[in-house]
Amino acid sequence: MTAEGKTASFQLDGATVPFEPGQTVIQAALAAGHYIPHLCYHPEFKPHGSCRVCTVEVDGRTVASCTLQAQDGMEVLSQSDRLRKEHQTLVQMLFVEGNHFCPSCEQSGNCRLQAVAYDLDIMSAELDHLFPNRPVDASHPEILLEFNRCILCELCVRASAEVDGKNVFALSGRGITKHLIVNAESGRLADTDIAVTDKAMEVCPVGVILRKGVGFRVPIGERRFDRQPISAQAREDAPRRPTTGNEDST
Amino acid sequence: MSSELETAANPARLKRVVIEPLSRVEGHGKITILLDNDDHVQQVRLHIVEFRGFEKFIQGRPYWEIPVMVQRLCGICPVSHHLAAAKALDQVVGVDHLTPTADKIRRLMHYGQILQSHALHFFHLSSPDLLFGFDSDVARRNIVGVAAKYPDIARQGVLLRRFGQEVIRVTAGKRVHGTGAIPGGVNKAVTQAERDELLEDIYHVIAWCRSAVELAKRLHLTNVGLYNSFGAFRSNLLSLVAPDGGMDLYHGVMRARDSNGDIIFDKVDYSRYWDHLTEEVRPWSYMKFPYIRALGADAGWYKVGPLARVQNCDHIPTPFAEAERCEFVDFGSGQPVHATLAYHWTRMIELLFAAESIKGLLHDDDIMGDELVVRGERRERGVGVIEAPRGTLIHHYRINEDDQAVRANLIVSTTHNNQAMNEAIRHVAKRYLDGRKLTEGLLNHIEVAIRAFDPCLSCATHALGKMPFHVELIDAEGQCIDTLVKSSLERCP
Ligand code: SF4
Repeated sequence: MTAEGKTASFQLDGATVPFEPGQTVIQAALAAGHYIPHLCYHPEFKPHGSCRVCTVEVDGRTVASCTLQAQDGMEVLSQSDRLRKEHQTLVQMLFVEGNHFCPSCEQSGNCRLQAVAYDLDIMSAELDHLFPNRPVDASHPEILLEFNRCILCELCVRASAEVDGKNVFALSGRGITKHLIVNAESGRLADTDIAVTDKAMEVCPVGVILRKGVGFRVPIGERRFDRQPISAQAREDAPRRPTTGNEDST
Repeated sequence: MSSELETAANPARLKRVVIEPLSRVEGHGKITILLDNDDHVQQVRLHIVEFRGFEKFIQGRPYWEIPVMVQRLCGICPVSHHLAAAKALDQVVGVDHLTPTADKIRRLMHYGQILQSHALHFFHLSSPDLLFGFDSDVARRNIVGVAAKYPDIARQGVLLRRFGQEVIRVTAGKRVHGTGAIPGGVNKAVTQAERDELLEDIYHVIAWCRSAVELAKRLHLTNVGLYNSFGAFRSNLLSLVAPDGGMDLYHGVMRARDSNGDIIFDKVDYSRYWDHLTEEVRPWSYMKFPYIRALGADAGWYKVGPLARVQNCDHIPTPFAEAERCEFVDFGSGQPVHATLAYHWTRMIELLFAAESIKGLLHDDDIMGDELVVRGERRERGVGVIEAPRGTLIHHYRINEDDQAVRANLIVSTTHNNQAMNEAIRHVAKRYLDGRKLTEGLLNHIEVAIRAFDPCLSCATHALGKMPFHVELIDAEGQCIDTLVKSSLERCP
């Protein structure tokens, strides 16, 4: 509400988007059913602003909409040609920084990176592949870590620390050498106290943290983003309170 | 058994003809023919470059990814690789018996693949040669020519293939590169709507398959001298058969017969295939030469695929195909038929068997069941064998305790037939090329012989069935004296 008692709102690509005090632009937009591409944003976690895929334009400046506080009367652009190009480039960079082979990836169809890319009509990487060397960690009996697909969103780092209270994951290195590690002396997931019921197990937007043996139990074609493009599922990402995998649903 | 013409006595002093398909990546073949100064054939070799990076490629990958990953290695029969890998991984997850639903869905998928692959091969790739003659006008000798002269045949070919692809889509989730088979079972059953849709067409499909057998048979019988002798050679036969000796292309025990039809081994559990089969490396070829261990490399090579399977089994469990098998066996008058061109006739008998099997499965309520997956005690290795459209296909994996693949061995149908294809082209080259000048028609005879095996080379299934050959004539000094681009008979400047 504004001081005058009317609902505060901003303009997003010409549409009126109401918001509650304290909401960011992306939170208000998604809650109202307006999609803005995003990857490191998660409805249950504090915004992080690292992937920049949710970049929008305000007064000619580009800013990450996940960290931008909504203000009454603000004019926000998320769909210009220039922004689209920018979104495409940002997503293409994420592909070439890892090793993504979607055709045999078990996350295909449930993967946000893939879904965002399809939505942006990205059919090829167009940039030079870096081909990093990232061996998988298969040491844990129930969980596989496929580092090749990591986009450094830090959602698992945040979930493990903030919800599970375990600090299983961390980022190490700087710049182009930055990578996800496991917080154990041996560096192996088997030597941590991670459990399959942890929040960290369910937040990965790509195919890094996987429950072993699940693979293709759900057929390709029947998965979340096979049914509807990610841009048609904005409300699913509207802000909500954190839950853990352990909670009783009643 | 003959390996005459494999190695010439003095190859350095011979002219060399190289027939090299200019083709894509999945497979690559080249034929070298060494001629002496009078154009007599002295040495013939078929060199096939296999995709060999696979073992490296899968190292460290989680096992459940493999059935989906392997089908990307071959664009020609992805479903066969998908199923052979899934069968191997069934053993890894400790499963010896799938649920009835999973078993039948996989069979349906497999027979869909057999149907579409055999239809593609016969109608699109081979029928132009068979209907118009091997030396006929190149401009007409393709599926477009067939469609113009025999529109019904071409149409049935297209519809049969499409039906096979529909069966694959319904069972695997997609027409190509589906994910239907998973270790221990399948991930989807068939819905009532899908079943009804397929049942609507199945009776036409069976009728078309019956005419296809008639056509292949008629072609053989009306020109029996040529068909019986063209590229013919005697060899052992290898395939899976059902435990009762009947034809089964999805699962069974290994059986081998000698060239007289006598059993070499039978009821062999394929999980220990290496006790009976082994492979030899020859310095001039990248592709290995498998053979039956007990007989040794010289006498132990064999052929696989339709001609072997139809004669290796004791009966076919579907009525129309069984009647056709009996007729084929009678044609051999008590001896196995070793005519290379009889691959086409037997391939069509299998096409009919696949269609009848699909009908039987569609009428079975188990395909709509909901028990899809089972699990057992984890094992370290798994072997999966299937009769792919082109012949026996072996997948063998070792998985470490962290669930990662550490080793793989694949023996594909085309490798099993390596020696057999070499033999066939030697016979053809000797018969048709000896002492003659090179022409497109003559070189096409060689292509016809290779194609009868339906080898897993992209060149063999190239658009419109034409293998684009690049022919080089090299003299005794190694100089290229002539070049011929086969598809259009252009002479290069
Ligand atoms: S994680 Fe996503 S983008 Fe990466 S390979 Fe898997 S499906 Fe493709």
